[in-house]
Amino acid sequence: MTIPKRQGKGKSAVLHRYLPMTEEDKQEMLKTIGVASIDDLFADIPEQVRFRGELKVKPAKSEPELWKELAALAEKNANVKQYVSFLGAGVYDHYIPAVVDHVLSRSEFYTAYTPYQPEISQGELQAIFEFQTMVCELTGMDVANSSMYDGGTALAEAVLLSAAHTKRKKVLISTAVHPQYREVVRTYAKGQKLEVKEIPYDGGVTDLKALDAEMGDDVACVVVQYPNFFGQIEPLKAIAPLAHEKKSLFVVASNPLALGVLTPPGAFGADIVVGDMQPFGIPTQFGGPHCGYFAVKAPLMRKIPGRLVGQTTDEDGRRGFVLTLQAREQHIRRDKATSNICSNQALNALAASVALSALGKRGVKEMAAMNIQKAHYAKVELEKRGLSSPFAGPFFNEFVIRLGRPVSDVNDRLLEKGIIGGYDLGADYPELAGHMLVAVTELRTKEEIDRFVNELGDGHA
Amino acid sequence: MRNDQPLIFERSKPGRIAYSLPALDVPSVDVSELIPDDYLRTEEPELPEVSELDLMRHYTALSKRNHGVDSGFYPLGSCTMKYNPKINENVARLAGFAYIHPLQPEKTVQGALELMYDLQEHLKEITGMDAVTLQPAAGAHGEWTGLMMIRAYHEANGDFNRTKVIVPDSAHGTNPASATVAGFETVTVRSTADGLVDLDDLKRVVGPDTAALMLTNPNTLGLFEEHIVEMAEIVHKAGGKLYYDGANFNAILGKARPGDMGFDVVHLNLHKTFTGPHGGGGPGSGPVGVKADLIPFLPKPVIEKGENGYYLDDDRPQSIGRVKPFYGNFGINVRAYTYIRSMGPDGLKAVSEYAVLNANYMMRRLAEYYDLPYDRHCKHEFVLSGRRQKKLGVRTLDIAKRLLDFGFHPPTIYFPLIVEECMMIEPTETESKETLDAFIDAMIQIAKEAEENPEIVQEAPHTTVVKRLDETTAARKPILRYQKPKHSNN
Repeated sequence: MTIPKRQGKGKSAVLHRYLPMTEEDKQEMLKTIGVASIDDLFADIPEQVRFRGELKVKPAKSEPELWKELAALAEKNANVKQYVSFLGAGVYDHYIPAVVDHVLSRSEFYTAYTPYQPEISQGELQAIFEFQTMVCELTGMDVANSSMYDGGTALAEAVLLSAAHTKRKKVLISTAVHPQYREVVRTYAKGQKLEVKEIPYDGGVTDLKALDAEMGDDVACVVVQYPNFFGQIEPLKAIAPLAHEKKSLFVVASNPLALGVLTPPGAFGADIVVGDMQPFGIPTQFGGPHCGYFAVKAPLMRKIPGRLVGQTTDEDGRRGFVLTLQAREQHIRRDKATSNICSNQALNALAASVALSALGKRGVKEMAAMNIQKAHYAKVELEKRGLSSPFAGPFFNEFVIRLGRPVSDVNDRLLEKGIIGGYDLGADYPELAGHMLVAVTELRTKEEIDRFVNELGDGHA
Repeated sequence: MRNDQPLIFERSKPGRIAYSLPALDVPSVDVSELIPDDYLRTEEPELPEVSELDLMRHYTALSKRNHGVDSGFYPLGSCTMKYNPKINENVARLAGFAYIHPLQPEKTVQGALELMYDLQEHLKEITGMDAVTLQPAAGAHGEWTGLMMIRAYHEANGDFNRTKVIVPDSAHGTNPASATVAGFETVTVRSTADGLVDLDDLKRVVGPDTAALMLTNPNTLGLFEEHIVEMAEIVHKAGGKLYYDGANFNAILGKARPGDMGFDVVHLNLHKTFTGPHGGGGPGSGPVGVKADLIPFLPKPVIEKGENGYYLDDDRPQSIGRVKPFYGNFGINVRAYTYIRSMGPDGLKAVSEYAVLNANYMMRRLAEYYDLPYDRHCKHEFVLSGRRQKKLGVRTLDIAKRLLDFGFHPPTIYFPLIVEECMMIEPTETESKETLDAFIDAMIQIAKEAEENPEIVQEAPHTTVVKRLDETTAARKPILRYQKPKHSNN
């Protein structure tokens, strides 16, 4: 018996667990094709652009060796399960029901692609149809798509849709919208030559007077976040009429968990609601992949970007699901498509659906309420220690606290105590230097909150 | 209407739960005291109420109604449906990768930044480019990012008249769509009868208004654009940039590099060539590589390696800006990195060798039974035309549906648009000869059925959980969500 060569230099007969062809298979296949070697099949690549060298990449590692190396690399990171985290700013450490990962690990889901062949993709299609329903229920909107990359790009696409729909070029966006979302909007706007005008905040929410002053017949949309970046609850009831008076679209970016307790933006007349489903079943994983959602009122249905799943029947009258209204999409309309999106975040939409099914009607409300109560408890306790907040309005699970010291110094001290502190607002809002954005989710215990309050309150941290 | 598979909403019953939250341990305050009345939700969202077992049975039942690569052969052209290694999944779930927050202090995420930096270094070498960003979330997102960089490059040179992006008629739909989103006008360049870009037509359309040519190489017919050097010259001479759509990168991995071919910008689909799973439609990851002259325009932040470790550089005055919150689909990038490190240089090269061997083998064996519009060696995929079967009353759609009865996912059909009754077949390197032979045998049988018993093909599929679905009504009277019946007991 001869032992085949492993990773033999210059030999194409590589023995690797992902490559099933044997030397015998290869020879038979070459014979069928009518060539002497695999190299002959690459003869159409001009010699001057053929890569004849060896790629300077690290040598292959066996599974156990690689596992050991990458586990050690992961260990170099401080994770939010080992530390106590009060960091949010758009990404949150929430309860993920154990069932979520068991469903995601069904390889029938994760090794499939976009359900182009509905007869063998009913599982994925139905799961997306259920996801679309859940997004509509939470947001109070009529139609939701099957997902976007994340909350930030979903918001950018909402702005593009608004400009295309209204044929207007000016976008008003509140500075109380997530700074990174605003940056993404600005990048997308450049391509379409849109003017993005930022509306200042006042008292932690969008300055309505400033907004009113900027409103005009040239405004494509008004964009606010609910709850906003500071955790504050924007007065949607007052903002919607300002937008609609000038026939501008009202776009709301919303944390879907908050909508377990808050009046949905759809009820206030929002035309487009977007956001990130990350709070439902999706780990923080260094910022991605998360899962954007995109919901509209019925009149915008045929302009929504991305995949949509619709219910129909088969030849025998049995209920089934298909990708539908595809005439909006890039593979049909090419340069006239409503968006260029192709791959989306389907698996994370599934994660969110499973988490929402597990939490259900009662759990979503309970979890959202716990966030409010724990965050308010933390704020009250910090205030008892003499720390103040610049904003007095109602908030969800995040609030701003004035430290009067560099936030990075405080966070360094907190780290030593096993705590990941809140977000340093100074970088994005110079006027809020020395202010920390604190997130308190349902996972933070009273003991952890008290410890955090003690560290901040005593001025040790 | 028969409803064999209930919706999760139809399994719902008030009083059931599938979650477990700790009891509130801070003083309980009524939420209505903390949130103004107008903003307190009065109507509850209609979400399911099920037990944990109900939930698992529901999703397990759905999974059984879905075909993935682990279920069977999936030769969906241009999608590279290769095996998704399981160690990738395990690595991505390590707490130090899955549960880190993107805004943590840099010193607490050095492992993550190191992985990203090293992945970028590997992708630079693999593509022959000078710098790589991992920010784009998917291929189309990468295309748009690359085009925005090209726009910024031209504008930085004071050149504001480059308003057009050239794409071949065989291009993926995302190319013209991305050009539109980036604010360009699309110009189509024709293919010759050989299936390659028509150089004369390219010379005709290229000009001082050309921002870029977008090209997939090998193209969507699975053919290598062998005049690539000349094409690059034509475009560069006119002052345009060359964009490489990496959707078909699996064909040339370790055999040729876009950077060496003259491409200025490249995107890769890490969920294709580099085994990030396709997830039923995503998430993907679409890193973009550029040549040195485009580095200033990379989206920010950029990962740098300094004396005190890795850091994120936001101070990039010429950057096109941020294209995504945070740093890209990190979890997918972890999987791709794990894959690259599992393969090594020889393994990566073997990928394209076997991918190309498999495609050519299938093409040769099937050429006798189906029309082969381009009779030359293909790369990782090839196209067949069903026009011979169409004359018998059997459409390519019918052939695709009949393949379902054999347990195979059909090829990509009716694309590229320039081939009549097109079937685009991409086997990938991870399939065994036995699998390829079984698929070929099924295709041969279907070709015979088309001649002898066309009804069996026309009426297919016969074995799936639903028959062909009414897509026309679905689009005409869209039902895009479940509505709870008015007088339900639930």
